[in-house]
Amino acid sequence: MPDQLLFAIEVTLNGLMAGVLYALVALGFVLIFKASGIFNYAQGVMALFAALTLVGIMEGQVPFEHLINVVFGTNIHGFGWEVPALLAILLTMVVMIAFAWAVNWIVLRHLVNQEPIILFMATIGLAYFLEGLGDMMWGSDIKTLDVGLPEGINIWVDETTFELFGYGFFIDNLDIAATLIAAVLVTVLVAFSQYTKHGRALRAVADDHQAALSVGISLNFIWVLVWSIAGFVALVAGIMWGAKSGVQFSLSLIALKALPVLMLGGFTSIPGAIVGGLIIGVGEKLFEFLLGPALGGATENWFAYVLALIFLVFRPQGLFGEKIIERV
Amino acid sequence: MVKDAADPIVTADGRTIGDVLMDMRGITLRFGGVEAIKDISFDIREGEIRAIIGPNGAGKSSMLNVISGFYVPQEGEVWFRGEKRPPMKPYQVARQGIARTFQNIALFGGMSVLDNVMTGRLTHMDSSLLSQAIWWGRAQKEEVENRAKVERIIDFLEIQHIRKTPVARLPYGLKKRVELARALAAEPKLLLLDEPMAGMNVEEKEDMSRFILDVNDEFGTTIALIEHDMGVVMDLSDRVVVMDYGRKIGDGTPDEVRGNQEVIDAYLGVAHD
Repeated sequence: MPDQLLFAIEVTLNGLMAGVLYALVALGFVLIFKASGIFNYAQGVMALFAALTLVGIMEGQVPFEHLINVVFGTNIHGFGWEVPALLAILLTMVVMIAFAWAVNWIVLRHLVNQEPIILFMATIGLAYFLEGLGDMMWGSDIKTLDVGLPEGINIWVDETTFELFGYGFFIDNLDIAATLIAAVLVTVLVAFSQYTKHGRALRAVADDHQAALSVGISLNFIWVLVWSIAGFVALVAGIMWGAKSGVQFSLSLIALKALPVLMLGGFTSIPGAIVGGLIIGVGEKLFEFLLGPALGGATENWFAYVLALIFLVFRPQGLFGEKIIERV
Repeated sequence: MVKDAADPIVTADGRTIGDVLMDMRGITLRFGGVEAIKDISFDIREGEIRAIIGPNGAGKSSMLNVISGFYVPQEGEVWFRGEKRPPMKPYQVARQGIARTFQNIALFGGMSVLDNVMTGRLTHMDSSLLSQAIWWGRAQKEEVENRAKVERIIDFLEIQHIRKTPVARLPYGLKKRVELARALAAEPKLLLLDEPMAGMNVEEKEDMSRFILDVNDEFGTTIALIEHDMGVVMDLSDRVVVMDYGRKIGDGTPDEVRGNQEVIDAYLGVAHD
């Protein structure tokens, strides 16, 4: 096989795995948008906040440490213990559920039946609030996150491909783990929504609020549930991204990458979010590989948005979105 | 049980209608300056089919929305099963055992018929979120039991052949029937039907009438329905409330109502002065 083709395949595989992360963030958006019609700008910051909280709990940091020291003149530096990863993940999830509950009872409850743009503005406010809260609780320095996922080149893939093609593929173990975890997560979510009572209630609310009320579904409960699930998805995305490139502010920017993913996949489709994420992941890596040198490089910064723009012109509802028909 | 039923009511077909299930006392509902319902009182008794009729804009649907908790009246009391009902959200009313259908059909279009009817069982399912998340224990058992009940209702309403079809693809008449199935799945103490036969052809109307009578007969379900078609109403119902311009202008058996001059005027469109 020619070298160029082998490179291209390697790039595609790496793109697929980057796409998994985009898909996860987009999935968080879709869940909330379907159930409540809210475009949650804060989804990316939720991933950052979840990752920060996880690191903080694992390292035994005292929340609001700096603030407490300033106000009370104390000199606290952590609890002095370390929490095992699994327990820390559970505790972080509790924090995310509390956050979901607070968002619904403090903010969204007062905005029922408002224009979508108002709800959108509210989530922008929420994003910056959450960013500040994260800094205040856990400090603003860059942190490393290690929950024990395997890292480094996968030797087996490298050796096998070397024997077959005379060229060893570089695939990171972390990416493989991330892909597997994401696959399990999506399968569980789909099964939950298809075969359980709350899953069915969730789909019902996404479909028709009036009808959902008439069969005894509490919209508030479902919204807290959906925000909690979105918080869980954000946590998973935060863990993966954080393990890869450290927990820092740029983590919240993957949310912006989720936008073109949503335009491609459609704002209301879970399969769309997944396929859209993969297309963008593969697309931007392949494009950079093939045309990057000719175009001066750094095409990954804009490729996704341009692709989404082209898509908008020809299929505004996305690949899997519901067709928008305006009656005249 | 509060009873103000000193006079047991015997229907045309010789059945005695039971105790008061729902009692509306002095209900007034305003939207801004408009009075949609003006000081209306009536009761619904266990086991009966109670119709609410009247011309367009009479306030029938508003009345149904008051009963099901979608509207909160400014004045008046709602008594259900002998207790005064505090102001409630619609989902809380549903959990008390009041199921409803909508005039312009409110189904979950993206879901199959089976899933739509299963949502009707939600008020009877109480497994924990955790149990559902791992699909173990209570959640699994509950799903199987309720599925069996739903299948019986699907058989009863003769919609087996479309069980797996997404509801959005069904024709109008079948959608209405699925909506009835969903309401029925809740095993309601009171079933509210908002124009169950609106927009149907004669054949579909006959089918629907038969189902309504069967439901009342076989499950003993108390039914309150709104209908435009006078002929259908008179055949179906045990007692009728007549509304016009938000007021109650008649209340009684179909025969009594038919002879009421005010009702005749309202339907023939005599000028209001």
